[in-house]
Amino acid sequence: MQTVFSIGVDALAYGMVLFVISIGLSVTMGLMRVVNLAHGAFAMIGGYIASYAARDLGLAYAFAVLIAVVGTILIAIPIERLLYRRIYGQPELTQVLMTIGITFCIIGIANYIFGPTLKTIPTPETLRQSVSLGFRTVSAHRLFVIACGLAVALGLWYFIERTAFGVKLRAAVDNAAMAAALGVKTQVVYAVSFAVAVGLAAFGGVVGAELLPIEPYYALRYMVTFLVVVSVGGAGSIPGALAACLLLGAIDTAGRYLMPEFGEFFFYLAVIAIVWIFPRGLAGRAK
Amino acid sequence: MKKFAIAALAAALMGGVAQADTIKVGVVGPFSGPFALQGKNFKAGIDAYMALNGSTVGDDTIEIIYRDIPTADPAQSKALSQELVVKEGVQYLAGFYFTPDAMAATPLLEQANVPMVVMNAATSAIVTKSPFVVRTSFTTWQTSTPIAKVAFDGGTKKVISVVSDYGPGVDAEAAFKAGFEKAGGAVVEAIRMPLQTNDFSPIMQRIKDSGAEGVFAFLPSGPTTLGFVKAFNENGLKDAGIKFFAPGDLTQESDLPALGEAALGLQTTFHYAVSHDSAENKKFVEAAAKAIGNPAELSFPAVGAYDGMHVIYKMIEATGGEQDAAKAVDAVKGLSWESPRGPVTIDPESRHITQNIYLREVAKAEDGTYYNKEIQTFEKQGDPGLAAAK
Repeated sequence: MQTVFSIGVDALAYGMVLFVISIGLSVTMGLMRVVNLAHGAFAMIGGYIASYAARDLGLAYAFAVLIAVVGTILIAIPIERLLYRRIYGQPELTQVLMTIGITFCIIGIANYIFGPTLKTIPTPETLRQSVSLGFRTVSAHRLFVIACGLAVALGLWYFIERTAFGVKLRAAVDNAAMAAALGVKTQVVYAVSFAVAVGLAAFGGVVGAELLPIEPYYALRYMVTFLVVVSVGGAGSIPGALAACLLLGAIDTAGRYLMPEFGEFFFYLAVIAIVWIFPRGLAGRAK
Repeated sequence: MKKFAIAALAAALMGGVAQADTIKVGVVGPFSGPFALQGKNFKAGIDAYMALNGSTVGDDTIEIIYRDIPTADPAQSKALSQELVVKEGVQYLAGFYFTPDAMAATPLLEQANVPMVVMNAATSAIVTKSPFVVRTSFTTWQTSTPIAKVAFDGGTKKVISVVSDYGPGVDAEAAFKAGFEKAGGAVVEAIRMPLQTNDFSPIMQRIKDSGAEGVFAFLPSGPTTLGFVKAFNENGLKDAGIKFFAPGDLTQESDLPALGEAALGLQTTFHYAVSHDSAENKKFVEAAAKAIGNPAELSFPAVGAYDGMHVIYKMIEATGGEQDAAKAVDAVKGLSWESPRGPVTIDPESRHITQNIYLREVAKAEDGTYYNKEIQTFEKQGDPGLAAAK
């Protein structure tokens, strides 16, 4: 029984880390219909900025997170205006080619500026402790990530489903021409959504850095994981992404605990099974 | 007149070739991609050696030709080696970070009459693939065996082994098990983790549940190491008094700034620490740090490359610059010298390097940086892996 609880806690924590990091990609792919393979690159930029701010400038963790999110958005705005704007509504292959190109450029630049070594983001003392749950200990940072995941899920759901901007966004996604005719400034809507998605990527990169450390190949190393989460959850659906992360986190953690020699077999078996039964993901919308 | 000019030019060219040769050395390694740092260390070691010892041997000038192979890719390694031999006319092949890359190029050596100096790849069997292979790095068996003795002598009798599921990981598991059981301890469980593991919490729980007093770990250096060591601390294993044993790949110097506090006190065994206290090492570190640019990036492949160059220089000296692989390899069999890592010898039988293995502990220097502090020496260690394979 204790083992079950133990796996449950690990699964929840790992699932939430996956969620925080991948939800931004779900937004770009589902709502903006852009296959953004550079998502991991933006998460990495966020990580680098936070690492620089916290480690080299000695700023507080919360402040470093804020600077990382804002800084990454500032870097992403010109990229959106100059590059992404051209691929909205283009065939997927064009989008994939361009975003993978952007990823390679960002990897090269990060390697040139920060060097090839690992970068850590120093966390405050309170997050470094181990917290006892009675039957086992878990790091305070994991609890913090779980809280962040829930906050992001709730906030994003409210933003898209309940605000006037969310209405405009959904209108622009479903029928851009009609939305524009009704006075929705679609370009502004797209730019803001892109900024939100990039900000989420950066946030995830920083918060998840304890599990997925920041280094130049971050952008490629974890790309498959991000894409799996989005395709299993259904692009653009927040509850779907959340369910996918918790499910995949549980399967991965249980498999790793009980039969580590099978490697990622169970993880990918689950992915195949889910995509086979739900081709659009758990909560994907039919076209 | 025109004819005469051409003849004169031809004579001048031929004369140029006859007087002083340029001997080319082809170095294959990861100079871009995720392992670029290790390739950079190869280059730093080679540059350091040439800066300290000059770029000529006798009348011959040494020229290094680099070929990039970003990740383990045997077919590409063979193609590049062949190109180096056929098109560039190299007399020596060197480098090779990954075992499969070195293995793939060995069939070329005899036909091409070219010796290979392996500067990193650490699987025991490489030297058996061709009589022209000499290795100046280490083997996983060589660095993992002494830690078993350290563990047992420190009072740990039950250990769980946790390794990444790939060649060197399996090697490390076997080496530790052999050493530890010979000493009288028991390996209660052996876990092989997939290479792509990000979250180590479940593994830590397994370690805790196994009831072992210590854990032996091997992972490739880089991001996974950081996650593993952090998970070890955060899941309360360190506080529960479970001991941590590993070969030095886990605490390589270029990872230490990131590992930092989490790695403090970890004990590992390895053949080289940048902090090694000797005049040779001081000279080496100074030259290599200059070559690599950022001293914090300096790590063990640099010393393998530095000693590899020493072996190549000795080979060139012995053959007088002529291409004769058998004579060159014979000349360095039993060769002893003072390396930055300590006294070393090329074992005449296996052509692998016999060297001291050091027990080190991650410590904090006065300036706040972390380093591997050598606390015990295992002298003249050969490669137990070859004996085990027989």
